[in-house]
Amino acid sequence: MQSRLPIIVFALLMAAIPFVPGMPPFWIVLLDNIGLAALVAMGLVLLTGVGGLTSFGQAAFVGFGAYTTAVLSTSYGLSPWLTLPLSLLVSGSLAVLLGLITVRLSGHYLPLGTLAWGLGLFYLFSKLEFLGRNDGISAIPPLSIGAFKMLSPGSIYYAIWVAVILSALLTMNLLDSRTGRAIRALRRGHVAAEAFGVHTPRAKLLVFIHAAVLAGLSGWLYAHLQRAVNPTPFGAQAGIEYLFIAVVGGAGYVWGGVLGAAIVVVLKEVLQSYLPLILPGSGQVETIVFGIMLVALLQLAPGGLWPWLMSFLPERTSGKKPDTSLKLESRARATGQSGVLLQVEKARKQFGGVVAVNNVSFEVQAKEIVALIGPNGAGKSTTFNLITGVLSATSGSISVLGRKVDKAPPQEIVKLGISRTFQHVKLVPDMTVLENVAIGAHLRGHSGPVSSMLRLDRADEAKLLSEAARQIERVGLAEQMHQLAGSLSLGQQRIVEIARALCVDPMLLLLDEPAAGLRHMEKQRLATLLRDLRDGGMSVLLVEHDMGFVMNLADRIVVLDFGTKIAEGTPATIKTNPEVIKAYLGVAA
Amino acid sequence: MNTTIMLFLVQDGITNGAIYALLGLALVLVFAVTRVILIPQGEFVTYGALTYASLAAGQMPGTAKLALALGIGAFAFDLFVARKALHGRLVVRSLITNIVLPAIVLALTIYFAAQKPPVAVCIALSLVIVAMIGLYLYRIAFQPLAHTSVLVLLIASVGVHLALQGLGLLFFGAEGQRGPAVLSGAFTAGALRFTGQSITVYAITIAFIVGLWLFFGLTLYGKALRATAVNRLGARLAGIRTTLSGQIAFLLASVIGALSGIMIVPITTLYYDSGFLIGLKGFVAAIIGGLVSYPLTAVAALVVGIVEAFSSFYASNYKEVIVFMLLIPVLLLRSLAAPAVEEEKD
Repeated sequence: MQSRLPIIVFALLMAAIPFVPGMPPFWIVLLDNIGLAALVAMGLVLLTGVGGLTSFGQAAFVGFGAYTTAVLSTSYGLSPWLTLPLSLLVSGSLAVLLGLITVRLSGHYLPLGTLAWGLGLFYLFSKLEFLGRNDGISAIPPLSIGAFKMLSPGSIYYAIWVAVILSALLTMNLLDSRTGRAIRALRRGHVAAEAFGVHTPRAKLLVFIHAAVLAGLSGWLYAHLQRAVNPTPFGAQAGIEYLFIAVVGGAGYVWGGVLGAAIVVVLKEVLQSYLPLILPGSGQVETIVFGIMLVALLQLAPGGLWPWLMSFLPERTSGKKPDTSLKLESRARATGQSGVLLQVEKARKQFGGVVAVNNVSFEVQAKEIVALIGPNGAGKSTTFNLITGVLSATSGSISVLGRKVDKAPPQEIVKLGISRTFQHVKLVPDMTVLENVAIGAHLRGHSGPVSSMLRLDRADEAKLLSEAARQIERVGLAEQMHQLAGSLSLGQQRIVEIARALCVDPMLLLLDEPAAGLRHMEKQRLATLLRDLRDGGMSVLLVEHDMGFVMNLADRIVVLDFGTKIAEGTPATIKTNPEVIKAYLGVAA
Repeated sequence: MNTTIMLFLVQDGITNGAIYALLGLALVLVFAVTRVILIPQGEFVTYGALTYASLAAGQMPGTAKLALALGIGAFAFDLFVARKALHGRLVVRSLITNIVLPAIVLALTIYFAAQKPPVAVCIALSLVIVAMIGLYLYRIAFQPLAHTSVLVLLIASVGVHLALQGLGLLFFGAEGQRGPAVLSGAFTAGALRFTGQSITVYAITIAFIVGLWLFFGLTLYGKALRATAVNRLGARLAGIRTTLSGQIAFLLASVIGALSGIMIVPITTLYYDSGFLIGLKGFVAAIIGGLVSYPLTAVAALVVGIVEAFSSFYASNYKEVIVFMLLIPVLLLRSLAAPAVEEEKD
């Protein structure tokens, strides 16, 4: 991804700051606070900016981390270093508990849900006897190494910033990996990711835990910096402020979290110390100004400040082309490759009273291109969704190589070697073409989140990217490999979807209107590609409206009208079939 | 358990629940039309309540000046947006709604505040002032963001909440206030005593629920609002002024908020920051109602009120914990029942 140099420079700079002669001690305190806020914001960047899950409850996780170490180090006399893993464990496991409930919520339920339990937990902190109620817990021992006690803000400074920089590195490593791509795909809805085997609830839970552990780490540091905890900094207001920090910095960027923390912490300090001088005698003026600035910032720079700053830097040169010589093992094939691959038998789908697919039966043989055609609303895309497990059939059966799959979720269908594209393109626009296509190979990689963070996944990752690059070259988009998917024309985006589907190493490829938006030459190239794939042993089932394209390409055609199959046969017989002509042109034809 | 105590608790819960129901309805309304999760709803409550209480006590409320200030801001926004195609009618209309109207209200407020006006005048002035604040807030803070994501709107809403709460402290001070009862008198039925105030609360809540139902079901404006909620672009293409829909939603929400405040301030002392918690309990009800269903929200609000009443009796320390944790099982149920719907975000 990015080179390590700027990070090393940043780390050295931060290490040097306390040695600047004449540095006011108060500035070090501010930097400590910035680091603490940055840790939480970084988690939120992953959760909200990248994963699309808005949480107002992060302050509660900071509280879990802080209270865990406070209780264990005061009441039980444990060393702070021993409580560190325990603090993280408590935040992490409570995140699992809350996350299991929360992450499945869609859209706006999620932020509201987090707001509600954030508040509930805040009141719990302030009422529980063993947490010291509203007074909290004081006399927490400082961090110490041997006889060296980190009593001053200047001494714990290094602990905080080592934590910040390490967390940033681990987080960026995570994002730049197989798991990271799955996380980055979350924000664009789950259908596309699931079609390639991503278990979206699990991916969401993962980012939730990651964010909570970072918050817990911040809480642990906070407790040993202040050496006292009380409920106030873990309330709803704090939760809102953390989110604000992430948005100010730029919610999609790890360093945006750090930048946002710096801006907000300094700004609050300035407002608190100077506003009373300008407007004396008025209570909460800084809150008013803070609120107004928040709204103004959203109206002026809704994307946050980090991307705005980055736009001043020279454009990043296009990324390195992956080494395409690395081979990814092909998917284990089910036996019985010859004969019927896919059998749809009396499949029926009803939405309330509407019968979208009415007892449709057809089959796809090995090494065959079958086209599914019909007027708009004939039930073609619904049939696709039934086959790929996005929808489940009301009745009838669908089997792959003789195995029934009616109730299987999309993640299972793709494991059988059926991959698809979508009628409405579902790519992640702010990821490169290469990264988008690599999602297709998700199931063929093995590295988990922990090995990704520690960069133990590089061999696996190189193979995945190599496969993705190979498929991109195969569909003829090698030049666009490092462009953002959102910057491509719609026709090219459809082709990218095909490359992504090919990364599955499928035996059956389902294409939903692949030729829509393509120019004549591009259509011809696509037809050639599909013929090559068939000759290489793959089967293709496609929905398409371009009759010229279909008639020249398909071995067999299935015609649907109002959810019912009205004809099936070779292109030649379909062309002259009176039923088909009637369906397309009306009775008089 | 003692039946009388139980009845008392249920009665108390229903009175509170009715207020939460009103707030929940307003939240659902605003969310459905503008996608804004209206955190400042609580401030509408406190502004309404404390404006009413200040007026009744013969003090000049700062909210009237705020309304004029926001109106000037809204006027400036209108002019800026229309700077390429300014024409007389537009300017005059904007001038009247954004500056002349709040100026008149401010003058009336100054006039009446000096002479301890009757309850009806206090109510009317408080409602108008808060309604204008709601309207101008939409123009200034939310209309320019109308096209952005729910998240951005939500954070803007938090910003507005912070600013309004800070202003509330400035206007009303840290002291709590109570206002005079809207309807005095009381009668007893069995062991229960019904005050005129609680009867007013019930009546107004029911009136609003029925009113909203009729408004959305039968009137053209109501239908336009629903259309905006479903599909902004489609509604615009059909000739609905979506900004007008947003304005109506905010107007209704602020009136409902202010009214709720006026109804509770005779019963409980309100502080400048009480609104947040009251509003959040309306939220709990609204979430239970799925942010779409008005009847479900109303029922949920009553449940929230009753749970709150009982938990404040049996475990007063954990009252808030219990109310907010009530959401968890609801969310759990929703998670299990919610069908996996594909959303296109951003």
